[in-house]
Amino acid sequence: MKRLILALLCLPAIALAAPPEVQLVIKDHRFQPEEVRVPAGQKIKLVIQNQDSTPEEFESHELNREKVIPGGTTANVFIGPLNPGKYPFFGEFNEKTARGVVIAE
Amino acid sequence: MLGAAIIVFRESLEAALLVGIVAAAARTLPHRNRWLAGGIVAGILGSVAVAMAAGTIAEMADGMGQEMLNAIVLGLAVTMLAWHNIWMSRHAREMISDATSVVREVAEGARELSAIAIVIAMAVLREGSETVLFLFGMMSQEQSLGQVLSGGALGLAAGIGVGFGMYAGLLRVPVRWFFTVTAGLVLLLAAGMAGQMARFLIQGDIIPSLANPLWDTSAWLSASSAVGTLLHVLAGYDPRPSAMQAIFYLGTVALIAVGMYLVRSPAAASGRPATT
Ligand SMILES: [Cu+2]
Repeated sequence: MKRLILALLCLPAIALAAPPEVQLVIKDHRFQPEEVRVPAGQKIKLVIQNQDSTPEEFESHELNREKVIPGGTTANVFIGPLNPGKYPFFGEFNEKTARGVVIAE
Repeated sequence: MLGAAIIVFRESLEAALLVGIVAAAARTLPHRNRWLAGGIVAGILGSVAVAMAAGTIAEMADGMGQEMLNAIVLGLAVTMLAWHNIWMSRHAREMISDATSVVREVAEGARELSAIAIVIAMAVLREGSETVLFLFGMMSQEQSLGQVLSGGALGLAAGIGVGFGMYAGLLRVPVRWFFTVTAGLVLLLAAGMAGQMARFLIQGDIIPSLANPLWDTSAWLSASSAVGTLLHVLAGYDPRPSAMQAIFYLGTVALIAVGMYLVRSPAAASGRPATT
């Protein structure tokens, strides 16, 4: 119970702080890096830069997200707060090569 | 080529199923096909425009332009589906029991049909703009124009085939049940779209997700399985919804159901089923 109250007291602080940013690059139809570690239990801002000239769709069933990123543009996708675990994502337009995973811990 | 076929099929499936259901739900309305076709053409033209402006749209609203656009498109479609269902719950019985009433309702029916055209245009716009963008992308790669186009055409044909299957299947439903079945489907479609709308607003950090996920049934029925995909399209199935998505979903079901109940035609309100 004490822990719960403590956790509730911390909530506003978490909500007010800007979510940590994680950078991702799409190049040659691949994500770089292919594995990103993020803290569990808080909102994260994925900043995805598509350096290819072709559009890509960032998609993840596990993260419940989908976003088209036109060639040569940068997109933001907010994810979480996540429970600890692995959350694969892929580029829907190049599913064979564009694959990656978010690891929340 | 197969890649183009699969992606175009996946994108066109949602729009095709929706067109199939809406076409069936509107089958008693005069000049239905003209309005359906108008909605499809408007949706395709809009798709090309959105695809060409994709870079600009993505950068709007602090990088959240795409989420905002998706949410607005879905919100408009949900509103029109809700209106269709509520309007139909008032007139459906009269329309099947009394042919002359159809003539009387033409004026009102035309307004209803413009709502249907908007629903269809919005569905085609949302799925179509992604498809156009993807095909542009494939063409600028090593793939030949012919391959991409034939793959895309194959995928589109398969999508339309499924949509027609849905339409033909619904027409086989006995008249007595027909409006109940289509009204139920439209209600679930609208709720599913409202849930997706919430998801885009959460993805863009415009509204909070609240509990996330509320539950997890992905081990039972994955969203990428065939049944999961079908349920996703038809009823907005999401194996890991956030609480906010659930609120949007259930709120839409409740609002439409209450609306339908309040405007029921007198024959239905008295509890005596109209002769069919
Ligand atoms: Cu889709």
